[in-house]
Amino acid sequence: MGRSLKKGPFVDDHLMKKVEVMNQSGQKKPIKTWSRRSMVVPEFVGHTFSVHNGKIFNAVFVTENMVGHRLGEFSLTRIFRKHGAHTEKAAAK
Amino acid sequence: MARLLGVDIPDKKKIGISLRYIYGIGPSNALQILEKAGIDANLRTEKLADEQLSKIVAVIQQGGYVIEGDLRREIGLNLKRLIGIKSCRGSRHVKGLPVRGQRTQTNARTRKGPRKTVGVVRSKEAKTGKV
Repeated sequence: MGRSLKKGPFVDDHLMKKVEVMNQSGQKKPIKTWSRRSMVVPEFVGHTFSVHNGKIFNAVFVTENMVGHRLGEFSLTRIFRKHGAHTEKAAAK
Repeated sequence: MARLLGVDIPDKKKIGISLRYIYGIGPSNALQILEKAGIDANLRTEKLADEQLSKIVAVIQQGGYVIEGDLRREIGLNLKRLIGIKSCRGSRHVKGLPVRGQRTQTNARTRKGPRKTVGVVRSKEAKTGKV
C-alpha cells in the first residue's frame, strides 16, 4: 500500500533542514547523510549528497528525474566480486 | 483471421478471448471493452459482423487504452529513465537480475535465463603434469 498523500513525501527532518539552509544561502556543498530512507523532493535538485552505503559515502548528484525515488536507491550496498578467470591475477598473466 | 488495429486475432475463439491477443489488453480490459461496445463476449470472432468489429476498434481508440507499439515504447522509456538516473533498479535491469530484491544465490532463473556453467579453465600443461 502506498503512503497517504496527506502526509506528503517522507524526508528526515535533519536532512531537510540542511537543504533549506543551503538553498537560502545559495551554497552548493556535498551533504553527508546516512538517511537513505529519505525521498528525493524537488528542493534537492542540483545538490550533491554523500549517501552512506554502510561502509563509504557515495556521491549522488540529484537531477530532476530522480524526484520521487529514495536516496538509498542511488548508493548501492553490495559489490559483485567476479568469479575466477576475471581476477586481477588472471588478467596479469 | 480477423484484423483489428493491425493485429491478427484468432477466428475460432470467443471474442472475449481473442481480444487478449492484442498487446496491452488482458482479461479485464477485454471484457470492459466488449461491455462498452455492447457485444456478447461469448460470441465467436468469426460470427461478428464488420460493424461490430469496427465498433470494438472505436471503443479501443477512444477509451484511452495504451496498446501495442505505444505501450512497448512507454515501457522502454520507463526503463531508460531508471537506467539514466543510475538507480539500483536500473542497474538490475541492465544486469538482467531480479529487480525487486529477490534472492539470486539460487533460483531467479526467469531473469537470469538458462544456467551458464562457470568453471576454472585449467591450462593443458597442468593436466599432463609438466607445469
